[in-house]
Amino acid sequence: MSIFQRLAGLLIWLFLRRRGPAPRRTERPDARARIVPDGQPAPRAELAVVALLCLAALSAIAFVVVYAVDSIPDQTQYLGLALGGSFAFLAAALIVTGRHLVVTEHVEREYGEPHPHAARQVAQVVEESGGRMRRGRLLAMGAGAAATALLVAVVTPIASLGPVLDVERFTRTPWRRGRRLVDDAGRPIAAADVRSSEFITAYPEHADREQMGAPVVLVRLDPATLHLPQGRAGWAPGGILAYSKICTHAGCAIALYRSPLFRPTDGKPGLVCPCHYSTFDPATGGTVVYGPAGRPLPQLPLSIDRRGHLRAAGNFSGPVGPSWWGVRNRKAST
Amino acid sequence: MPVTGRAALAMLAAATLAVSGATAAPAATSEPPDSLRALGAQLYAANCSSCHGIGGAGKRTPGQVSGALGIAGIGPSLHGVGALAADFYLRTGYMPLRSPFTQPRRSRVLFSEREIRALVAYVASLGTGPAVPRPDPAAGSVAAGFTLFTQDCAGCHQVAAAGGYLPDSVAPPLYDATPTQIAEAVRIGPNVMPRFSKKRLSDRDLDSVIAYVGYAGRPDDRGGWSLGHVGPVPEGLIAWFIAGVVLVGVTLTAGSRLR
Repeated sequence: MSIFQRLAGLLIWLFLRRRGPAPRRTERPDARARIVPDGQPAPRAELAVVALLCLAALSAIAFVVVYAVDSIPDQTQYLGLALGGSFAFLAAALIVTGRHLVVTEHVEREYGEPHPHAARQVAQVVEESGGRMRRGRLLAMGAGAAATALLVAVVTPIASLGPVLDVERFTRTPWRRGRRLVDDAGRPIAAADVRSSEFITAYPEHADREQMGAPVVLVRLDPATLHLPQGRAGWAPGGILAYSKICTHAGCAIALYRSPLFRPTDGKPGLVCPCHYSTFDPATGGTVVYGPAGRPLPQLPLSIDRRGHLRAAGNFSGPVGPSWWGVRNRKAST
Repeated sequence: MPVTGRAALAMLAAATLAVSGATAAPAATSEPPDSLRALGAQLYAANCSSCHGIGGAGKRTPGQVSGALGIAGIGPSLHGVGALAADFYLRTGYMPLRSPFTQPRRSRVLFSEREIRALVAYVASLGTGPAVPRPDPAAGSVAAGFTLFTQDCAGCHQVAAAGGYLPDSVAPPLYDATPTQIAEAVRIGPNVMPRFSKKRLSDRDLDSVIAYVGYAGRPDDRGGWSLGHVGPVPEGLIAWFIAGVVLVGVTLTAGSRLR
């Protein structure tokens, strides 16, 4: 027997000891006849139920912990394992309770008018069915712990609906005036390399690419077809437009560029999110033309430097990323 | 030296093969380019000009000229599209198109091999354009192709190259496309697909992409059941069916004493 097993045994013994011996059920003074036969106490089953309830509670707590710690690899799988495990332990506890702790008696009776006597009898049946349970408070505490932990676990994901404390983190972007645009290999992008019908993903030079505000999509349209909102004159030198690659609906990557080969039959160009088909019009400043997105795609003003490379001429026209409460009142910051 | 009958027969057969090979091989390619182009011009006038205009000039408004099937449509100019585009649209059955306002879909090829070569030669002669590419998927890497495909193609065509939908158009499945057709489509950007220049996607990277598409059509299904390679929805459905049976079984077992 290991030291841990001894310690655990000691703790359980102390815990049970402190409550004193389980109170013996006294005979009822009115000595009504029992409906449900008296069952034998099942202390081992009771302990098993309590252990299963504790495991359910621990699994639910593990869910909250895994949810809170972003650095855990394969987080989704562990989340599923923890929550599923919690429900499985709870189900096992209920099965053991039903099989080994509740005295069952098959009663067949006609149910007619509501009858106070019958109601009392039902109450008596319920009470006597629990006759095998001797550690009622311990079981109730276990059930309470499992229920509370599970409730907390189920409610925790509400935190994902939007930022509450650190909102600045979501409006900050690595873009500022003069920062060069580079491709996925880190090479600066020349304005001449952005040809019409092409779709290029660009990043800020010397900055963390994993930030939500980092990736932009580059497309080139005929400057004559552009109708950008007021105040964005000069944002698209040579018809080259840069928009945030993160959809304003649920934060997926804008991976589709609807690039018509022949405008008269193929329609207008569009930046499309593959998740829910939100479609943004690059010619009008990223306005939503279709789909569930609720606000335009943020546009990044561009300039062309003396060597012909693309540079940011400022920050985005609005906050980058999926929408949350109050997002429209914010501005992109550096 | 005495020559046996069998050896003589074999030599005769070899000589016949050599002669027929020598005559047949030039016959496939040595048709004078001018006569091929003349045939192409005739076929173009009959089948293409109602949309693409006289001499491939293109039409931006529906005109009075109506061609085969009474189509008086609109279509882009073919000057400078080269042999590449003509080869792609004709060999996929994308053209001729019944209505210029529908998206071309892979369908039965209406021209014979000789007619296609004639049309390709004619369209190529309309302006300086790219030649038919010769991709070599064997030189590409499936792993690199997978990365490139995920970045640039999977948004529309799905990561399994099974095709998908986007507003107002369809991204076709790529399993029936030949390596040459994939290479052509990448350089053209048909319909609403973006175009990829050689600077954006080199020929070497393109070989890798084509190698991956070839693999995606016949993947190594280590898991067993492929379920159409269409992703988590059917997989989840099957999982629910299995889980449902298991749950009903557990419930029956747990409640068996009460029956």
